[in-house]
Amino acid sequence: MTDLFSKFDALIAQREGLLATGVKDPFSLVMEEVKSPTVAVVNGKETILLGTYNYMGMTFDDDVIAAGKQALDEFGAGTTGSRVLNGTFQGHKECEDALKEFYGMDHAMVFSTGYQANLGIISTIAGKGDYIILDIDSHASIYDGCKMGDAEIVAFRHNDVDALEKRLKRLPADAGKLVVLEGVYSMLGDVAPLKEMIRVSKEAGAMVLVDEAHSMGFIGENGRGVAEEQGVLDDVDFVIGTFSKSVGTVGGFCVSNHPKFEIMRLVCRPYVFTASLPPAVVACSAASIRKLMHNSNKRAHLWENSRNLHQGLRDLGFQLGTPNAQSAIIAVVMPDLEKGAAMWAALLENGLYVNLARPPATPAGMTLLRCSLCAEHSSDQVADILNRFERAGKAVGII
Amino acid sequence: MTDRSEMFDRLKGLIEPFNKKGVEVVETTTFAGDLEWDSLTVMDFVAEVEDSFDIIISMNLQAEIENVGQLVDAVTKLTTA
Repeated sequence: MTDLFSKFDALIAQREGLLATGVKDPFSLVMEEVKSPTVAVVNGKETILLGTYNYMGMTFDDDVIAAGKQALDEFGAGTTGSRVLNGTFQGHKECEDALKEFYGMDHAMVFSTGYQANLGIISTIAGKGDYIILDIDSHASIYDGCKMGDAEIVAFRHNDVDALEKRLKRLPADAGKLVVLEGVYSMLGDVAPLKEMIRVSKEAGAMVLVDEAHSMGFIGENGRGVAEEQGVLDDVDFVIGTFSKSVGTVGGFCVSNHPKFEIMRLVCRPYVFTASLPPAVVACSAASIRKLMHNSNKRAHLWENSRNLHQGLRDLGFQLGTPNAQSAIIAVVMPDLEKGAAMWAALLENGLYVNLARPPATPAGMTLLRCSLCAEHSSDQVADILNRFERAGKAVGII
Repeated sequence: MTDRSEMFDRLKGLIEPFNKKGVEVVETTTFAGDLEWDSLTVMDFVAEVEDSFDIIISMNLQAEIENVGQLVDAVTKLTTA
């Protein structure tokens, strides 16, 4: 018998090798208590959270929690059904209404996760004979959406407008084309030149999908994302987003002005063939989205935190993924996986949690310590975070 | 139409800057196995080939190309279509 697991042997060996050096397993951490959007108890120790994507700190917002409790009481624990059968409750419609208002768009479709939103929309709208043109550093959910569909997939170099334009020009003029972009790329926290990319895409007759997972709520005048910030939201055909970051719950969505968009509810398999979100989740999400519309002070504080952390880490001598703070993600580049894991463990011992990111999730084979800031981090916490980075960095010998 | 050995030589020329191990490049040389290219190198190389021949090698097609001979066939087909 061939052991089907033998294909994982190299990864198992790498993992065992890493653990043999004495570091704690970075991928099996447990949050024993969560005290606030920025503090949890890990291994019995109070720990500052700097790797949660909880950008706006909505997870413990009083109004959000109250809305969830009420929905739990009134609508029960779950829907036990698909959105197209018995799984659309009042709360799902209210959540979609909140999204339409938030983005100023005609249609909104809520999925059970952000992953499923990309999987469903991309695999469904681009079919056989169509082309999907995507950035090589696209998120796994985008690649999986491509793999699930029947379109031809064309990749271009990360954030390279010329490479995109050249490839668009080589495609058959009359073929259906979908250009897939992200506002903020989550590994390095860098922002895409959407304005130029959308211009060349439209010139080539392509439709444009932008994943704004890491920008919703704090980039752009109304928090609609990078496309809004760059003044091109009206040219985006489909915005994909998630509830599991700034909104502070779980779920995904697509908003669009396409006049035929509603047909997606019948043809999009990751929407149809799964149970809908529980009533409490959509109620929390709707309440959170409505609050995110009016949050300019929190947005300003989040930007201040991001810039201060970026500047502080640079001053300490760490190598960062971007020359300046372009989003609320600050990626610290590690020399290799072993040093990265050691640094990650040293930070945790100092009471600080960040994400350890490594290939294949990262570009260019990099090992990263990815920090994501929260609007609820106080300025004192950011100063404290920098002290902990300094202590751990010196202990591990990275600075 | 370019004949096969001419196409092979041209592609071999494009492979060389990425051939860090100095592997001898023949028709049966594989990209992942013999040349030990990672996904990033593959992307850079594909972009070079695409720009040199003004073609698109989709990821669907890339998945079917494992060795140099198959690349010669694929590029020949794309440039004579």
